[in-house]
Amino acid sequence: LSFDPASGAVSCEAGVVLQTLDEYLAEQGHRVPLDLAAKGSCQIGGNVSTNAGGIRYLRYGSLHGSVLGLEVVLSDGTILGGSGATALRKDNTGYHLKNLFIGAEGTLGVVTGVTLLTPSRLKSTNVAYLACQDYESVVNTFRSARAGLGEILSAFEFQDSYALKVVLDNLPNSRSPLQDQYPFYALIETSGSNEDHDRQKLEAFLDQVMSSQLVLDGVLAQSETQANQIWSLREGVAESMQRSGYVYKYDLSLPLARMYQLVQDTRKRIGELGYVVGYGHLGDSNLHLNVSTKEASNEVLGLLEPFLYQQTREYGGSVSAEHGIGQAKLDYLSYSKSAAEIATMRKLKALFDPHNILNPNKVFSME
Amino acid sequence: ENSTCVLFIMANKVLVGVKRAIHYAAKIRVKPDKSGVDVANVKMSMNPFCEIAVEEAVRLKEAGHAKEVIAVSMGPKQCQETLRTAIAMGADRGIHVETDQVMEPLQVAKALRALSEREKPDLVLLGKQAIDDDANQTGQLLAGLLDWPQGTFASEVKFDSGKLLVTREVDGGLETIRLSTPAVVTADLRLNEPRYATLPNIMKARKKKIDTFKPEELDIDLTSRLEVVSTDEPPTRSAGVIVESTQELVEKLKAAGTI
Repeated sequence: LSFDPASGAVSCEAGVVLQTLDEYLAEQGHRVPLDLAAKGSCQIGGNVSTNAGGIRYLRYGSLHGSVLGLEVVLSDGTILGGSGATALRKDNTGYHLKNLFIGAEGTLGVVTGVTLLTPSRLKSTNVAYLACQDYESVVNTFRSARAGLGEILSAFEFQDSYALKVVLDNLPNSRSPLQDQYPFYALIETSGSNEDHDRQKLEAFLDQVMSSQLVLDGVLAQSETQANQIWSLREGVAESMQRSGYVYKYDLSLPLARMYQLVQDTRKRIGELGYVVGYGHLGDSNLHLNVSTKEASNEVLGLLEPFLYQQTREYGGSVSAEHGIGQAKLDYLSYSKSAAEIATMRKLKALFDPHNILNPNKVFSME
Repeated sequence: ENSTCVLFIMANKVLVGVKRAIHYAAKIRVKPDKSGVDVANVKMSMNPFCEIAVEEAVRLKEAGHAKEVIAVSMGPKQCQETLRTAIAMGADRGIHVETDQVMEPLQVAKALRALSEREKPDLVLLGKQAIDDDANQTGQLLAGLLDWPQGTFASEVKFDSGKLLVTREVDGGLETIRLSTPAVVTADLRLNEPRYATLPNIMKARKKKIDTFKPEELDIDLTSRLEVVSTDEPPTRSAGVIVESTQELVEKLKAAGTI
């Protein structure tokens, strides 16, 4: 493990747990450029191999940008990268091989070391939870936030009333910060280096969205405790759904304006058979659509697949925004990638792993 | 003939003290000269028990038992943020007693006394203690200085036939006392769950006023009566020792003098 305070680059082995890495960086005044609910258990090598996204993607971008270097072991034992994998911010010498492995789900090589560019840990954080009447208002609030908050915007998440309800019903000690119930909620986080500057910008933005009625009500966390409580309302959705039954999970990229229509269509389709929630990284056009049922049901599965994937294909979206293909979505890769693209992927796979020993039958099955 | 007069007792004004204290999760360091804790660049926030006091005051107002809630804070200029939070929760206005001196409970109690004599509240609500010094003295000192009754460690506050019924958390359980007003009450953890500051209230808060006073203007003596002799970090825990058998455990405990 090594850290360069001048560049902010940190080098570590693939098995380091994300939260541990973040805590180490905190002492140096930096932070990991990604954040997800699983940070207490997921490992950085895995994050790289799956190109993990998360709630700070909006601000810090993808690992394709943050990873400066990788140490990778190929299927024939060759080690690419070596120890102390390169920590250069800019390096255009030849092909960017490391990017091939980011998101390859371990099928092209095994990531054993990571050098990551880390941003400064900024002191001033604000979290607001806003209520909107309809999805269009949420989208317009996001556009307002992007313009009005600019560089301090660090997260923009949304959840519908169904998603909030399942959390309030299943997560102990959770309560809604608002008096009334609304159809949609948005969680906005800002992160900057100057409290006064950020507060001013945030208050001007909140003023504007409230007076234009884009936002009907909302709260601003007055302490870190309140900020964490608000985040738990959004981060607790997946766990709450698990507690309430069997869950079908979908992680889709869709054009922002049409994202929620799919949730409504699904809810109508499923009817009494299941409970449908829509939430996710609105700022990245990434929808999490989950359906919970009392128990696993082929009938429900039949209603959901391939319907959801077909709809996604029709809108030119991605059947897997951040969760990857793995085994579960093998049959659906073709819904988001063309035959030519998949053929090229197969060629790369054959080149890197002629004996198919690296994570076989993931991403696509080799015939 | 006696004429019966039915009095609807309502607190006219409620004064709430709010302290800008070190945030519970902040990592603190002892100053090299051992004179205290280094608070420069340390995260501060409203003391949690003061939040509970503000919440109770606002609830009393919403229930019609009080007409006006005034938040008071004493300390450097950043206390105004703490007051803004109290106002965003529903307090009507704020008073800032500005001083850069480190505040001790007696000094705060004197300032609150001066303000109580000015504002003439029927109830002063404070947090039971601050989480940075854990003094748990201000409310009691204030009641003594004003010669008012006190209900400390309150887990419930009710108005009943012109008196205040305060349920207190005590070692043996709960104790309910009846106080006449004006009185001092300090809030304990279970009194309520503080609300979030809603956007409409945050925006309204900006129009509400905060008056600033220098201690001299209130004629209070801020001479410190305490001298901090030294401040130390808690001793670092030494590593545990793994023993191979119960025999060894007993031997080691005997050697340590614990059995």
